[in-house]
Amino acid sequence: MRLKALLILIILSQLGFAQDCNYTFLGELKDFHNNTPIVGATVYMQNLDKYTTSDVDGKFKIEKLCLGELTLVISHVGCETKTVTYNIDSDTYKQIAIEHHIEELNEVTIAGNSKLQNTSIQQSISKNELAQYSDKSLGDALNSISGVTSLNTGNTIVKPMIHGLHSSRLLIVNNNVRLFDQEWGDEHAPNIDINSGGRIDVVKGANTLRYGSDAIGGLILIRPENYAAKDSLFGSTSLSFNTNGLGGNVNTELVKTFKSGFYAKTQASYKAFGDFEAANYNLSNTGVKSINTSARFGYKSFEKGFDAYYSFVDNTIGILSASHIGNVNDLVRAINEGTPQVINDFSYDINNPKQEITHHLGKVEAYKRFQGFGKLTLQYDFQINRRKEFDLRRGDREDIPVIDLRLFTTSLQPNLRIDALDKLTINTGFLLRYQQNDAISGTGVSPLIPDFDKSDAGVYATGNYDLNHNTEISAGFRYDFSRIEAEKQYRVTDWDDTYNYDELFPEFNSGVIENSRYLTYPEFTFHNVSASLGLTKQFENDIQLFVNYGLASRMPNPSELFSDGLHHSAARIEIGKLTMQKEVANKFVASIERNNDDFGFSVSPYYKYINNFVQLIPTGTTTTIRGAFPVWEYNQVDARIFGVDIDINKKISNQFSYNGSLSLLRGDNVSEDTPLIHMPATNFSNAITYNNKKLNQLSIGIKQHTVLQQKRYPDYNFFTFDPVLQDDVYVDISSTPAAYTLFSFNSSASFKVFNKSTLNVSFNVENLFNVSYRNYLNRLRYFADDLGRNFNIKLKLNY
Amino acid sequence: MSNFKLINMKLNTIKLLAVFFMSGLAFTSCSSDDDGHNHDHEEELITTVIYQLTNNADAGDVVTLTFTDLDGEGGTDGTYDISGPFTANANYAGTIQLLNATENPADDITLEVEEEADEHEFFYTNTAGLTITKTDVDVNNNPVGIETTLATGAAGTGSITVVLKHEPTKPNDGTAAGAGGSTDVEVTYAISVQ
Repeated sequence: MRLKALLILIILSQLGFAQDCNYTFLGELKDFHNNTPIVGATVYMQNLDKYTTSDVDGKFKIEKLCLGELTLVISHVGCETKTVTYNIDSDTYKQIAIEHHIEELNEVTIAGNSKLQNTSIQQSISKNELAQYSDKSLGDALNSISGVTSLNTGNTIVKPMIHGLHSSRLLIVNNNVRLFDQEWGDEHAPNIDINSGGRIDVVKGANTLRYGSDAIGGLILIRPENYAAKDSLFGSTSLSFNTNGLGGNVNTELVKTFKSGFYAKTQASYKAFGDFEAANYNLSNTGVKSINTSARFGYKSFEKGFDAYYSFVDNTIGILSASHIGNVNDLVRAINEGTPQVINDFSYDINNPKQEITHHLGKVEAYKRFQGFGKLTLQYDFQINRRKEFDLRRGDREDIPVIDLRLFTTSLQPNLRIDALDKLTINTGFLLRYQQNDAISGTGVSPLIPDFDKSDAGVYATGNYDLNHNTEISAGFRYDFSRIEAEKQYRVTDWDDTYNYDELFPEFNSGVIENSRYLTYPEFTFHNVSASLGLTKQFENDIQLFVNYGLASRMPNPSELFSDGLHHSAARIEIGKLTMQKEVANKFVASIERNNDDFGFSVSPYYKYINNFVQLIPTGTTTTIRGAFPVWEYNQVDARIFGVDIDINKKISNQFSYNGSLSLLRGDNVSEDTPLIHMPATNFSNAITYNNKKLNQLSIGIKQHTVLQQKRYPDYNFFTFDPVLQDDVYVDISSTPAAYTLFSFNSSASFKVFNKSTLNVSFNVENLFNVSYRNYLNRLRYFADDLGRNFNIKLKLNY
Repeated sequence: MSNFKLINMKLNTIKLLAVFFMSGLAFTSCSSDDDGHNHDHEEELITTVIYQLTNNADAGDVVTLTFTDLDGEGGTDGTYDISGPFTANANYAGTIQLLNATENPADDITLEVEEEADEHEFFYTNTAGLTITKTDVDVNNNPVGIETTLATGAAGTGSITVVLKHEPTKPNDGTAAGAGGSTDVEVTYAISVQ
């Protein structure tokens, strides 16, 4: 190399000899991160059309330069090509820092399979795979990952669950902003347009501290795409149509990128479905309408950049008519009847009960890299979530929601990534967040969740260390301070007698009584500590081992603290408790993986022990003017959840491949020695796919998915007296539905159209054999079957 | 870049972001329609069900059956008040009244039910050998049940259950179970016939 450089220099000097120029340029190339010399880089002198290379000290010399501009294009294997221009009016010495880490390079071009941290146990859904779910919800897409299930309310409200844990125990991070959309409710699905993101990562392990201390279940990251810095304009438009629900969606996105590093993207989608169908009947009032839009622009270079993002989601979701019931006897009749009590003809109308939700999310992020140090990122974001729930009401109140809550969240998060050290990478930062919930007046119903203000402050540090070339370890620590101040009315009898709050929390009571209710000001402060440890080791044959330990703490959410009232869609009275303590989980997750197209696998066992696990369980009935009502109360027990997720992929021949997965899980209420409620049953799937790259990327597949009956459930069934029948009736709210197997068919192909565009066409069938089934994790399983067969066609034009 | 300059720049960026943050806070405070102490009254709450029956043969023989649960769903259980026994082998004219007594004056919910009579229906069952017949109808000529007649038989004891269904199937088989819909009222009065 040195010899070659010398040779070039000699040649150059010979060439330059003829000109009357005498200046010398001495350059020194250094690694941006740690100032080590860059050896053997190619230096191209653009205006002279000549080359040289750097020596072992990273130095190079250009002699016999003329007065004027000198433009150098410096390139090196594993480096970003850098162009610099200098004005030569004397002999000049310049130190030039260039970027020398391939993983960093990925950040400025198109992301490869980069992980949150190298030691994290995670699975991803790529943008291409996501396209299959363009007219579905986030939860539906995540269901395709082993160990991830969902808690559904009907088929359009789908809450993701990781290892049986959901709601406040999962962090959902959209475009680096943690989603706050009143996620505490069982029937509150995440407000995310699945078409707006680039890729989804599910982190089951412990490397989640940067985003919060309370990821007891795990972390779901919706990541934006990264764009290459080149002048380009591209986009796509997709259309889908489904026979079940007679609807679909249309999505368009357009991206403009510039060579300078600037980029802009806009995206919009519209989704509409009418009533869905079970195998044997219409599911009346289950339609959905959704309008989503997002826009992004920014600038990206290696040293600095910014990103601004805004998204808006507007969902109107119908709730199965038959699920609106008045008291426990209505529930018993619904359970015993077997078919829904209301079955109307197909309609696109969405009547009450329904949910109308809007969600705004805005973010500004900026970063700067400092030579020999690291990268500083600052992020400010805000979210406004407005949730209106409408019910069947008397009088002229059908347009007045029974629940109307607005949650505003804003946060500031700086993060410093120190990567100057050779083997150690450190991420550290803090978080300031303010949240305000407003139970908007005018509903004519006292609010289920009261007004509150919440402030959070957190600080964290995580480190990653390369022990040797095939072993990495990571460790992290986080502390969070949270304070919540609420304003809520309690019935005098509840405050003084039922919950004994007059003795436990006399300081919260203002003493003001209105309509036999105390006005109270509950205030709570929580200190949460969380930590993580991780190890990854690379073996021969593409085999990798991951081991994670995590300590996570979660403060009780507003629903667990303050819920107090009738929940119509569930025909139950839900009661939170001011005595709730924070939940603390110790989790161990391991994974052995082989990333190989011919034969790959991942076997991931886990064990979680959760102290003060909050659960919502039936505790009895109360007599009201509507008759008897089941009362569900939040309580805390010690819980243990363990299981294993297994994925296998195998190439059968050049064109046929097999994929299989199996999830086993067991959840125990250790305090009471019973199973935990709402734990996913054992489920497994097998898929065979035929691929022919030469024939328009043709892909045809068939998949089987089986969910066994959950035999381990806590028995909260009870008897109640039905005065109409003059008889005791059995209220079977605990028993679980039978096992079911669903088959699906999918096919797709790509065609070149126009000049440079491609058209993807896919045809799919879900629930191929129109099986009628009910899902234990569907809250409406008492009232109706789950979805029947669906034919789906999708067209996607990339241009 | 000198260290000083670097720190300076950091400070500037932080300042800028702080301004963003503050403006965010200001924005909420302005737009907040925080309603302070004026929490919503339970507008649709039914606190009181009064079934008043007058003997056709004796205007002085009035039986009033009352159920009251002032704090609504949850809280303390409701209470029953039965004014007295029915006379055996007599015919009574009955009227039901639903009140929201948390309002002052009490809100007569029966008027709302009457207005939407085609979406509501009362159902009466008893275990005291009574015959209760609905005498009023809605716009579609289907029974409503705000107005009833009640015929007593021999002396005895038992109960009357009054159920109000919202959005039942109309017409129906005459039973609360067969009518579907959701239950707005279900109260059971222990009565006697003398």
